Amino acid sequence: MSDVELRHQTDLAPGDEEQVSVKVRVLGYLIGLGLAILLTATSFFVAGTDLVWQPSIPVAIIVLAIAQMGVHLVFFLHITTGPDNSNNVLALAFGLLIVFLVIGGSLWIMANLNHNMLPMDQIMQMQR
Amino acid sequence: MSIAVSHGHDATLIGLDAEHAGPASKRIVTGFGFWIFILSDMVMFSCFFAAYAVLLGETNGGPSGAELFNLKNVAVETACLLLSSFACGMASIAAEVRNHLWFQIAMAVTCVLGLAFLAIEFHEFADLVARGAGPSRSAFLSAFFTLVGCHGLHVSGGILWLLTMMAQVFAKGFRADILRRFLCFALFWHALDIIWVAVFSVVYLLGSAV
Repeated sequence: MSDVELRHQTDLAPGDEEQVSVKVRVLGYLIGLGLAILLTATSFFVAGTDLVWQPSIPVAIIVLAIAQMGVHLVFFLHITTGPDNSNNVLALAFGLLIVFLVIGGSLWIMANLNHNMLPMDQIMQMQR
Repeated sequence: MSIAVSHGHDATLIGLDAEHAGPASKRIVTGFGFWIFILSDMVMFSCFFAAYAVLLGETNGGPSGAELFNLKNVAVETACLLLSSFACGMASIAAEVRNHLWFQIAMAVTCVLGLAFLAIEFHEFADLVARGAGPSRSAFLSAFFTLVGCHGLHVSGGILWLLTMMAQVFAKGFRADILRRFLCFALFWHALDIIWVAVFSVVYLLGSAV
């Protein structure tokens, strides 16, 4: 294993980029900014328009938000799929698992409870 | 591990790769540790998001999101925070090439945009309370103030940290320990912007659709 190869395979701190020129780095941030503006503008547009099928709007907003978070992760936080980033990606994956369990689980359970509960006025009558 | 490294080829064969020449550098360890903190912060925010999503309809006869939210304000807030995240990225580049002037300029821009965001948010909160839609009005508004206020507190804390970093770089220069702190600060600031993406999408855009 050559020396160059050794250096290439070490880890990167989250937020650090591989050694590239300043121009390339600024360009990376500019691309990220452009994509983020595009996605934000789209989601504000979608929220206020009646040009699209209304029930699809919440789904569209959530998809756009997830896409924008991905853009931020890649272009601003420099979390990539490279081999030098696997620790950071694995920690992120675990974090995402917990986030989805908490949000999805809460919504699921609470919707179920709501569905199975008597309407509030009937509960009040039973307690009299 | 040191034995495995000295027999490089054998070590590769049995999966004990010789790619680690020793313990990771302090910058990597610090950055990774702070990354874990940020992820746990996101887990905490996810609990507030879950509470907000569950309580979205529980207005107790009070005003709903559609009546309260001013999306034009939210768009300006979003622009402030996004541009300040970009300026923070420019400060990261300036720090890596050790350019004092550009570092301080980029950080000052980050700070001003962050303060503008906070001012708009504070104004919005004060307006809601004045209209009788404070956090004690309904479960929906409690969840709203907790979630958005928690993000606002993070931004306030971030601004204090930002000013500290400007002062430290000014007084002590780009020392390795200062640069590690700045790496953590940049992670924190970008992460706040990611959380804001979720806030404006879920709280404001979805909240005003209901």
